[in-house]
Amino acid sequence: MLRDITLGQYYQTESIIHKLDPRVKLAGTLLYIISLFFFRNFIGYAAAAVFLAVVIRLSKVPFKFMIRGMKAMVFLLLLTVVFNLFLTPGTPLVSFWKLRITMEGLQLAVTMAVRLSMLVIGSSVMTLTTTPNNLTDGMEKGMRPLKLFRVPVHEVAMMMSIALRFIPILLEETDKIMKAQIARGADFESGNLIRRAKALVPLLVPLFISAFRRANDLAMAMEARCYRGGEGRTKMKPLVYQRRDRCAYLCILFYLIASISLGRL
Amino acid sequence: MSIVKTKDLTFEYIRRDEDGNVEGITTAVDKVDLDIAQGSFVAVLGHNGSGKSTLAKHINAILNPTEGTVWVDGMDTSEEEKIWDIRQTAGMVFQNPDNQIIGQVVEEDVGFGPENMGIPTKEIWERVEESLRAVGMYEFRKYSPNKLSGGQKQRVSIAGVLAMHPKCIVLDEPTAMLDPSGRREVVRAVRALNQVEGVTIILITHYMEEIIYADKVFVMDSGKIAMEGTPREIFSQVERLKELRLDVPQVTLLAYELKKKGLRLPDGILTVKEFADAIEKL
Repeated sequence: MLRDITLGQYYQTESIIHKLDPRVKLAGTLLYIISLFFFRNFIGYAAAAVFLAVVIRLSKVPFKFMIRGMKAMVFLLLLTVVFNLFLTPGTPLVSFWKLRITMEGLQLAVTMAVRLSMLVIGSSVMTLTTTPNNLTDGMEKGMRPLKLFRVPVHEVAMMMSIALRFIPILLEETDKIMKAQIARGADFESGNLIRRAKALVPLLVPLFISAFRRANDLAMAMEARCYRGGEGRTKMKPLVYQRRDRCAYLCILFYLIASISLGRL
Repeated sequence: MSIVKTKDLTFEYIRRDEDGNVEGITTAVDKVDLDIAQGSFVAVLGHNGSGKSTLAKHINAILNPTEGTVWVDGMDTSEEEKIWDIRQTAGMVFQNPDNQIIGQVVEEDVGFGPENMGIPTKEIWERVEESLRAVGMYEFRKYSPNKLSGGQKQRVSIAGVLAMHPKCIVLDEPTAMLDPSGRREVVRAVRALNQVEGVTIILITHYMEEIIYADKVFVMDSGKIAMEGTPREIFSQVERLKELRLDVPQVTLLAYELKKKGLRLPDGILTVKEFADAIEKL
C-alpha cells in the first residue's frame, strides 16, 4: 500500500523525453502547471490534455504508472470536489435536505478535479522520466544565480537527491516494521483517529532511529569517497543544452501561447 | 613495498555520562603493529567487538589513532591536509550496501567518487565503465540500485570505490548482510580485483570460508592481534580458533577431528577438494 506513491520514482526506458535536459523539463512542468490556472473554458483544458497525452506518448512510460501516482491523491481530489460541489453559491440545480448543488458548483468541482489530476499527472511525467539526481542537477544549475545571495544551492540539491533516494528504502522499512509490529499484536486499523495516531508511535520510533543510523552510515560512506561539498567537484553528466532542448523550449512556448489564447476566449 | 603500516596503533572509545564526565574507556584497538605489502590479499578475522572494524576505519582516516601511527602509502593519516589523498589511495566498502549507495542509477553512483575528486567528465565515464566491467555489473549500469540483489549492490559499491583508482581497498564486513550466493559473488569479485588489477585487498570478515584465498590472515581478539599467518597456518590451530570464538570451516573441522581419531591427514585442510585428495592417498 505504501509503495503506490509514484512521485520520486523513476521509470527506466529510452525516450526523447528522458533525454531532455532536466532544466527544460522543470521549466516545462512549471509553465504547464501555471497554464492550467489561466484557462476559462473547456478548450484550454482540451489543449492541455492533448499536450499532456503527446508528452506521455513520447515518454514511453505506461499510463498506468501515472495513474498510480493519482491513487495517493484520491482523497484530496474527492474532498475538493465535494466542497466545491456543495458550498458554491449560485443557481440551484438539485436540492435535497439541507444540501444544494448549484450549476456553478458543478462547474467548479469538475474544473478543479480536472485541474488537479492534470497537475499531478503532469508532474508525475517529470519525475518518472528524470532521475532524481538529474533533477537536482537541473535545479542546482538553474538556481545557480541564488548563490550570490549565499543560498547553499549545491548542499540543498545534494540533500534533496539523497532524500529522494532514501524514500523507497524507508518505505520498504516502514512496511517491514509494520508487519513486525502486527505480528506482535499491534493494531493499526481499528479505533478512532486518536487511537490510530497513537498506534503509529511503535512504528515511527524504530523508523526514526533507523533513519538516523542510515544517515550516519551514509555520511561516513560519502566522506570515504572524498565528498567535501560542491567546491572543485566535476560532473559526470554535465548539463549542456542540445538541439532537442531548444526545440522542446519552442514547443513549450508554442503550447503556452496557443492554449492560453484559446483558453481565455 | 608496504602500502599500509601501523605502529603501536591504539584507539580508545571514551564513554561519557550525561554531564560529560568520563564514565569508562574502551580500548577497541590495542597496540597493533601491521605491515601489509602492496598487491597482497589480507584478511582480518575476529568475532563481534574484537576491534576489526575500528582498525579498518583507521586505514581510511575516518578515525584517528589515540596513540601510535598509521601510514597509508607512506602518508601519516593524522596529517589533516593529506586526508583526501589517503582516502583516494585506500578506498573503503562498508557493511550495509543500502547505506553507501548515493546515486539513483548504478552508473551515477559509481561516478560519485571521481566527481568528488574533480576528474574531467570524459575520464569519469571511462573509469565508470572499466570499474563496472571489473566487477561484472556493466549490464546493470542503467538500473536503479533498489532493484538489485544484495550481492549486486555490494559489487556496485566496490565498483564505486574502484573508480577512484585506489591502490588498496578495505572491505569492512562486506558480506555480513548477504545470503550465501551473494557472499560468493562478492568474494569472487574481490579476488578478481586482487589477481587481475593488482589492487591490495584488506578484507575484514568473520566468515572463515572467505579467507582461504588470502595471502595472509590476522586474527583479532579484544583489540589485539591474536594470531597471524597464512590461512593454512591459522586453520591448523583449531583449538586456538575455538578459544577465540571463531568457527572453523566444516571440512577443516572434519579433517581435524578425523586426525585426532588417528587418521594420518595433513594439518590445515582448507577445501573439500584438498580433503578428498588427502583421503584418497590414505
